[in-house]
Amino acid sequence: MIVPEPAKSDHFTATRNACKMCTPLGACLAFSGVEGCVPFLHGSQGCATYIRRYLISHFREPMDIASSNFGEHAAIFGGQTNLEQGLANVIRSYEPAVIGIATTCLSETIGDDMPMFLHQFTSKYADPTPLPHLVHASTPSYSGSHFDGYMEAVFALAKTLAEKGQTQATLVNMIPGVVSPADIRHLKDILSDFELDYVMLPDYSERMDGVSWDDYQRIPEGGTTVDELKSMGSAAGSIEFATTHHKSQTAGEYLASACDVENHRMDMPIGIAATDRFFDALEKLSGKATPRRHQMDRGRLVDSYVDGHKYCFGKRAILYGEEDFVIALASFLCEIGIVTVLIASGGKSGKLLENIERVMPDPSVATVMDGVDFEEITDAAMDMHADLIIGNSKGFKLSQKLDVPLVRVGLPIHDRMGASRIVHLGYQGTQYLYDLIVNTLLDVKQRTSEVGYTYI
Amino acid sequence: MAPDSPEQAVELTPDGTLTSEGLREELLKAYPKKSRRKREKQFVINEKTVNEDGTVTLPQIGANTRTIPGILTQRGCTYAGCKGVILGPTRDIVNITHGPIGCGYYSWLTRRNQTSAPNDSDANYMTYCFSTDMQDENIIFGGEKKLAAAIQEAYDIFQPKAIAVFSTCPVGLIGDDVHQVAKDMKEKLGINIFGFSCEGYKGVSQSAGHHIANNQVFKHVVGTDNTPRSKFSINLLGEYNIGGDAFVLEDLLERCGIELVSTFSGNSTYDQFANAHMANLNAVMCHRSINYVADMIEKKYGTPWIKVNFIGAKSTAKSLRKIGEYFADEKLMEQIEKVISEEYPAVFEAQKKYKPSLEGKRVMLFVGGSRAHHYQDLFGELGMKTVAAGYEFAHRDDYEGRAVIPDIKIDADSRNIEELHVDADPDMYDSDKVRDKWAKEEKGYTFAEYDGMMTQMAEKALVIDDINHYESEELIKRVKPDLFCAGIKEKYVVQKMGVPCKQLHSYDYGGPYAGFRGAIEFYKDIDRLVNAKVWKMIKAPWDE
Repeated sequence: MIVPEPAKSDHFTATRNACKMCTPLGACLAFSGVEGCVPFLHGSQGCATYIRRYLISHFREPMDIASSNFGEHAAIFGGQTNLEQGLANVIRSYEPAVIGIATTCLSETIGDDMPMFLHQFTSKYADPTPLPHLVHASTPSYSGSHFDGYMEAVFALAKTLAEKGQTQATLVNMIPGVVSPADIRHLKDILSDFELDYVMLPDYSERMDGVSWDDYQRIPEGGTTVDELKSMGSAAGSIEFATTHHKSQTAGEYLASACDVENHRMDMPIGIAATDRFFDALEKLSGKATPRRHQMDRGRLVDSYVDGHKYCFGKRAILYGEEDFVIALASFLCEIGIVTVLIASGGKSGKLLENIERVMPDPSVATVMDGVDFEEITDAAMDMHADLIIGNSKGFKLSQKLDVPLVRVGLPIHDRMGASRIVHLGYQGTQYLYDLIVNTLLDVKQRTSEVGYTYI
Repeated sequence: MAPDSPEQAVELTPDGTLTSEGLREELLKAYPKKSRRKREKQFVINEKTVNEDGTVTLPQIGANTRTIPGILTQRGCTYAGCKGVILGPTRDIVNITHGPIGCGYYSWLTRRNQTSAPNDSDANYMTYCFSTDMQDENIIFGGEKKLAAAIQEAYDIFQPKAIAVFSTCPVGLIGDDVHQVAKDMKEKLGINIFGFSCEGYKGVSQSAGHHIANNQVFKHVVGTDNTPRSKFSINLLGEYNIGGDAFVLEDLLERCGIELVSTFSGNSTYDQFANAHMANLNAVMCHRSINYVADMIEKKYGTPWIKVNFIGAKSTAKSLRKIGEYFADEKLMEQIEKVISEEYPAVFEAQKKYKPSLEGKRVMLFVGGSRAHHYQDLFGELGMKTVAAGYEFAHRDDYEGRAVIPDIKIDADSRNIEELHVDADPDMYDSDKVRDKWAKEEKGYTFAEYDGMMTQMAEKALVIDDINHYESEELIKRVKPDLFCAGIKEKYVVQKMGVPCKQLHSYDYGGPYAGFRGAIEFYKDIDRLVNAKVWKMIKAPWDE
């Protein structure tokens, strides 16, 4: 049994160099994975501006987020007028299929009654032109992190749009959590290889990692359609990568309870064991054996574990990021013999520790910290003799301070190219991460040796 | 310096088929009546009327009015203007964001403002992001105690000279009194601690935040250190050291023999602000964000201010000469000329090198509260034509010149932002400076003068305030400019359409672009961007 070691700076009430982003950011990202959807923040315009620039600098793609542009008047008397005007303008200029509305700390603090506002808006304007679907996710930024906002928006999309129907035997709902566009593309390939029809919730694989345009696209192409989202209620099953979500139901749980769609909830498939579980579920749902190319991917991955084991066993790693993500990575690192000495997250579901205990054969080697910031991580990391740090761009300072290399994965990565193209999931994603980690370790070995190895 | 002869009408497209009037009408047509009425005022054609007495009347533009909800603006919020822009570049004030985590996180080293502490042991808190990270219970029961604890913690870690507290949206709503907490903690800890009521929903844009920041820095910091400064001492106001601009200017001023007391706020320190009132002249770069401090210093201490611009080689030379002329010292003016003549050969050479591949190309600039104006000088030096420009958060005076200030209507949003009442300081007010100013004015030297962007722009160029997504996309589609200048939010959408986009907020990866050395850097970067091979690769052979 491990007891989470209190950080040396445990008494701190302020957050210094946070290891999380705010809830509405996550919601906006999830909403961008629906075709024809405009994310809309009900609050001050600054939130839309900040979140746009942050997501844009990670994905290097356009990202439009509308706002109801609260002023002092709206802050005092409520935001209904601004909301209605904002929605009307977005509908007129974007002709969206869906508006994904997330409420910021401002509208949440004043207690805007969103169900009533949206109901009144709909009854006022729905006739004669049909309105886009209005999906609301409650995302006060004083509660949870971007991960929670993302999950909340995914849940809201399923709850608002999915319709119970005749079960379609080959239809699967794929709910991947916070992943990269390349991850989503890879999952789609896998599902297609199993000859499954699927609804990806959400799918920003094209919108957040797109090509140049011949014609201007007001809302960039790509994403899950409303019809697909409606059909989620008639899927044969859902596969949901969600480990620590604790707020309301997850989307998968909702679909199970409301539409009788069996939910296969599991960890993110990073590493062989976790990916085996994912493929096992796919075999069950499709009634087909794992296609040969994926068997070969797995085989090559195992083969590379064997080949590269000598470089990584016993090395010590520090991990940080969203709770689900670090749990999956910790499980993978155990497989390849790397000792994860510190596992940290800005998230605070209360479930990090129990899940780390579940996935690590010997969790006593690790210090597990949730709800922490980078200063606490740094304090804890000082005496850990780590060889490697794995996480997003914000760990750069830590990496610099410890003089330990940083392997950039997850979100946000805005100091390197190609964040959208990192595959983290499945045998292929694991292979990429494995090679990246081993090569990072080799690089250190080579650079710090006087021998001048070119043959390692 | 005018890039074009202002009388020469703009050519929107090389074939001359598109007229400014036609384009404007096309774009405005899409709005419903009420929105159109508002946008019409903010979307003007630069038609100048020459009056009988030779003065020029500019069309009136609507600016600094609220963005319509649901129209995608590029504007930020009051907090962003206050914490991010004005106070962000100061390295030794610990900034604490009082609010939920997002605001602090997104303003954590995202502006590419640089700093250079002389020694490793000198304070630099810029890489630090303090937030009270408010949670549900703070929203319900109030966050003052948490804020006080955060201040204490910041003090315990760093023992800084000063701590600044920035309020985000919920703070104003739940009624936390940040100023009282700051005051109490100031008494307790014995260092300067002050708060900013810069909640995001206040004001029209980040501009409100600039004003709030100006007020508090003036009230709490400026004037607290009376160490005398030399004869040729100035403050540089409205320079934020993006991409290292301030480093270039510091070097340039030093070589000229001009003492830089403080910069507001690129590469600045708390002590510089405290001592700023001892400089003999204020030189204002970004008029929009900082003119309040210049005005308040003049009222309280009698120090006059002039408008300068160090973007563009010609403007840099002109600004240096203007400073020299103010001090009216032969030796100083000689030294300034010497520095200019040292710098200029390389500038000419670079112009000769880069101009041929850029001349005649059409540019649009939609950025800032002064950048969309200042950068026209650099493009002019390359022979590039500004066909459309506008600011994100400026006021009418930044477009039409300060002469219109008395005519600007004060609306509810402006009234929201405190105007500090400033009286002459009984001990420190320098009447000699004021008499000297009057004498100089008689001889034709101009103080506190800014003619705005439109005077300089070509006849019939488009001037668009707070351009939104829809308008910029339509402009790009129809005009197909050779270069679009904006920020990160527009960058990728513009480039998706095959048009290069230069970020003038953050300079992309580049800079410095100020001064002579910066101008050369800019020419080179623009050539690389506009003439990159990639723009020809966008169409695949099978799409031809």
